[in-house]
Amino acid sequence: MSAVVVSGVSKVFSTGKSAKVDALQGIDLAIEPGEFVSLIGPSGCGKSTLLRLIANLTEPTTGSITVNGKPSRQARLDQDYGMAFQQAGLFEWRSVAKNIELPLELKGWDRAKRRARAMEMLDLVKLPDFAHHMPWQLSGGMQQRIAIARALAAHPPLLLMDEPFGALDEMTREHMQAELLRICKETDTTVVFVTHSIPEAVYLSTRVVVMSPRPGRITDIIEVPLGGSRDDDTRETGDFFSKITEVREALRGAEYAVGARGIEDR
Amino acid sequence: MTTRLTALLRSLWPPAAFGAVMLGIWQLVVRGFDLQPYFLVAPSDIYAKFVSDFSNIWDAMVVSGTNAAFGLLFGAIIGVLVAFMLSRFRILDELVMPMSIAINAIPAFVLVSVFNNMFSSTSEVPRRLMVTLVVFFVVLVNVSKGLRQVQPVHSELMKSYAASGWEIMRKVRVPNAIPYLFTALRISAPLSVIYAYVSEYFGGSQNGLGHRISSNISNSKNALGWAYVLGACLLGLAFYMISIAMEAVATPGGAGSRNREGS
Repeated sequence: MSAVVVSGVSKVFSTGKSAKVDALQGIDLAIEPGEFVSLIGPSGCGKSTLLRLIANLTEPTTGSITVNGKPSRQARLDQDYGMAFQQAGLFEWRSVAKNIELPLELKGWDRAKRRARAMEMLDLVKLPDFAHHMPWQLSGGMQQRIAIARALAAHPPLLLMDEPFGALDEMTREHMQAELLRICKETDTTVVFVTHSIPEAVYLSTRVVVMSPRPGRITDIIEVPLGGSRDDDTRETGDFFSKITEVREALRGAEYAVGARGIEDR
Repeated sequence: MTTRLTALLRSLWPPAAFGAVMLGIWQLVVRGFDLQPYFLVAPSDIYAKFVSDFSNIWDAMVVSGTNAAFGLLFGAIIGVLVAFMLSRFRILDELVMPMSIAINAIPAFVLVSVFNNMFSSTSEVPRRLMVTLVVFFVVLVNVSKGLRQVQPVHSELMKSYAASGWEIMRKVRVPNAIPYLFTALRISAPLSVIYAYVSEYFGGSQNGLGHRISSNISNSKNALGWAYVLGACLLGLAFYMISIAMEAVATPGGAGSRNREGS
C-alpha cells in the first residue's frame, strides 16, 4: 500500500469575481512507505499547496488523494500524519512537554501515557532536559526540533514538512537535516518535504519532485541514489554535486518550459 | 530575589526623588510668594487636612472604591462572556459590536443622568452601571481580539490534529486571549476609578470622593478638597497596582509562569 497517492489533482483558487489562479494542474504522484520525497520549485509553483492538499488542510478542485490507503480527509481525522511548518508554531503558554503532548491530548490519551511519550520524543530529538522549559527559552533550532517531536508524538507513519528549516542559519540547518534523517530512520517514517534549497532536497531525499509555476505542475522527478546512510561527508562527494547539478538543470528546464508555453499560447 | 529587589528600588528612586523635588518647589513657591489658599494650597496644608479628616476621606474612598470595584468586576465578567459569544457566532458579532461602539460614544454625563432618573436618588446603581459599561467595552474589544487573532500556523496545526471547534476554543483561543484580558484590565482599572468619581458629579447621593472634591472646592475649602484629591489618587494607584500584580502572576512570560508550568 502506497503512503500517498495523488491522482489527477488540480486546484483552482478563485480570489475575486473573475480572477482565478491555477495553483495546480494534472498532478499525479505516488509515494511509497519509507521514501523521503522533496517538492522543489520556484515561488508560486504550488508545492506548499500540494502538501496542504495531502494534509487535507484544503480540498482539491478535481482529482483524489489517498493517504495511508484512506481518503485524505479520513487520514487527517485519524491523525495518520504529523505536520511541521517553517514557523515552529509552539504554543507559548504551554511548556515544551505539554506542546509535544497536545496531539495526544486531542486523541484522548491519559496523562501518564502522554507524559511518557513526550519524554520518549524529547530523547529522540536529544533535548531530554528541556521538558519543563517554556518555548521562548529555546533557540530557533531547538524550537524546530520540538515541533518535529510534536509532529511525530503520535507515531504517525507520515511526516509532512513545509520548509521547516527555512528560518534557520546555514550551520543549524545542516545539523537539523542530519538529525531529521536519523529521526526518520529510527522511527521508520515516510516524509514529504517542501523546500527552496537544492542541496537540502538532494541531501535528504530519495526522490526530488521538480515543479514549475503557472499553472503549478510536476515537470521532473529525479531519483537520488545516495544510499541510506548519509552524513556530512556525503555533502562533499561527486555524486552529491552531480545530483545538485541535475536538479538545478531540471529547475531551469522547468522555467524554459514556462517561457515556451507562453509563446505558444500567443 | 535580592537582586530583583535592588533592581526595583533602583527603578523606583528616580521618579520618587523627582516627585519629592516637585513637592518641595510647590511648597517653596506657595510660602515664598505668600500665595493665598484660594489660589494655591501648600502641600503641607493638604497633608495636614488629609491626616485630620482621614476618617471622612477614608469613608468616601470606600464608597467610590466599592462602586469602581463593582463596575470593574461586572464589566469584566460581562465583557468576557459577550466576547465568547461573539467569537462563536459571527452574526452576533455584526449585530452587537456596532451597538457597543455607539453606546460607548455617548458622553458619560448623559448616561449617568439617564441612569439617575431610572433609579432612586440615593442609589449607587447608576454609578456602578456607568463604570460597568465603560469596563465592559474595553474588555469586550480586547478579549474579542485575543479570541480571534490566532496565529495561522496554530489554526493549521489544530486542523491537522482534527480538533473540534470547542477544543480549538479551549486549547488555543482562550489561552491566546488571556494576555489581552489582562491588558484590558490594566486599562480599565484606572478608568473604573475615574468614571466612579465623574459619575458622582451628576446627582445622586453625596458620599463619594468625586462629590466631596467638587463641593469642598466650590465652598472654598481648597485644602480639604485637595486632601480628597490625594485620597482619589491613592485609590486610583491602588487599583492600577492590583491589576499589574494580577497580570504578573497570570500571564505566560511573566515572572510567575515558570514555576506554575513545572507541575
